[in-house]
Amino acid sequence: MSDLMKVSSNPHVRSKTDTSSIMLTVVIALLPAAGFGIYNFGLDALIPILVTVASTVLTEFLFEKICRRKVTIGDYSAVVTGLLLALNLPASVPWWIGVVGGVFAILVVKMLFGGLGQNFMNPALGGRCFLLISFTSIMTNFDCDAYAGATPLANLKSGEAVNILDMVIGRTSGTIGETSMIAIVIGACILILMGIIDLRIPGSYIVSFVIFLCIFGGHGLDWAYLSAHLAGGGLMLGAFFMATDYVTRPITKNGQYVFGILLGILTGIFRVFGPSSEGVSYAIIIGNLLVPLIEKVTLPTAFGKGGARA
Amino acid sequence: MNSAKERLVNGILKENPTFVLMLGMCPTLAVTTSAVNGLGMGLTTMVVLALSNVFISLLRNIIPDKVRIPAFIVIIASFVTVVELLLQGYIPFLYDALGIYIPLIVVNCIILGRAEAYAYKNPVLPALFDGIGMGLGFSVALTCIGAVRELLGAGEIFGIHVMPESFVPVSIFIMAPGAFFVLALLTAIQNKVKIAGEKKGKDMSKIQSGCGHDCLSCSDTGCAQRLYDDKKGQEAEGAPVKETEKKAAGSEETEEKITESKEQKEENKNG
Repeated sequence: MSDLMKVSSNPHVRSKTDTSSIMLTVVIALLPAAGFGIYNFGLDALIPILVTVASTVLTEFLFEKICRRKVTIGDYSAVVTGLLLALNLPASVPWWIGVVGGVFAILVVKMLFGGLGQNFMNPALGGRCFLLISFTSIMTNFDCDAYAGATPLANLKSGEAVNILDMVIGRTSGTIGETSMIAIVIGACILILMGIIDLRIPGSYIVSFVIFLCIFGGHGLDWAYLSAHLAGGGLMLGAFFMATDYVTRPITKNGQYVFGILLGILTGIFRVFGPSSEGVSYAIIIGNLLVPLIEKVTLPTAFGKGGARA
Repeated sequence: MNSAKERLVNGILKENPTFVLMLGMCPTLAVTTSAVNGLGMGLTTMVVLALSNVFISLLRNIIPDKVRIPAFIVIIASFVTVVELLLQGYIPFLYDALGIYIPLIVVNCIILGRAEAYAYKNPVLPALFDGIGMGLGFSVALTCIGAVRELLGAGEIFGIHVMPESFVPVSIFIMAPGAFFVLALLTAIQNKVKIAGEKKGKDMSKIQSGCGHDCLSCSDTGCAQRLYDDKKGQEAEGAPVKETEKKAAGSEETEEKITESKEQKEENKNG
């Protein structure tokens, strides 16, 4: 009787994909943007990136050690948070900004709500908005060694001409990771080809944003204006890397379209009517807060339920 | 005077209106941008609370049950008006800082709550001390929240610069989100302190919220551990049984009895 049959319940076929492999892919996909940021801003960009990533990972490690929980820094989600947060900082920030933002993002936004999968808001964006509100003058000062003056979007808002080619390549001032549209799109292609994200949220986000600009932007179908808005600011980074965060996006397919359209409209409102030239972060955070409602409304009908009865 | 002392301790620690009862959140979150504002709001509320408690207690046999809420409101509103005019006359800077929140004391849930829950059913003197205790608890809480927010958001406490020059104020703490952060943080700290005290068997009676691991006298029937699991049972088999029995005896007399049993316990320790 030694040949006991081993009976296990399904699933019998498992994918090798797990949290750490997904997060590692996201890190790799973020590397082009981070690399271009370092090339663009030099050492000014490298230090915030290193400090922020170190502080997010260390915060998660210490929190889990102190609370005697399983240490989950091996899933790289803290690295993704730190990298995303760093890419959202201006290059000239003092090093402690990265530490404060990283600690807030991991400790308050992520761990206090139960860790990965439980946070109601994208931790990197939560940290960024905390910094933006707390240290407004530091976080909106884009002067650094490489560039002086306002971001292209701010120039666009005040009616000055902008060089769209520079904005697409990334030779402009701005936060570390948002300047180069090309580098971000390369990273986004990696994510899409690896099947990590799909185009539902980014697509509906960008399309609805463009439609909003055409209607309310005041320039109509002006290609230069539209492409400057698409290439400038954090739109690309936000649409591909932050709005698509597994934890804080809607699960339902229709909900993802609704989410993207909502983000597009909110970003348009903030950029066109708001006092600030940028609004991607706040748009995504507000979208995150509405995700439970969106999921509730767009819950698909289970097979066999509802519909017309014969 | 045991009752008076008990009421004060109850208001400040056991049933602190802000950190334990979570009442009066509107002024708590809105005016605590600095320690002075928090203290001012707390003391103003305390005066109104004590006076209205006394008068409601005095009138408790005259006020008809059906119209008691309007009657409470009239009494409270009278005292708020008095306090508002006094503040405007004598402490104008505080009057300006607190703004709309002074008239709003009328609808502060702490005041109405204490009127309904305590002053309407108890004699004058305990009601007075209940008002003072609750008011002091509210003042302590608001001053703490205000001090932390002022320290982090402006680098000052009571207007005195205490942080080093290189400190960059985290201005989110003197804005609305900071109030929520600090309130949550301080509530968590006081819960931690109370629960730590409870684990050492010191202050069973001070636990008001959350699981006290005292399954015999716990009313939370949804808890999976309510059948008094083995480990806890062994721990509780010793001394505290007497106390838990007393606790279960009745809610009216519970507080008295617990203070008694606490005293007994302390005597035992000393002896």
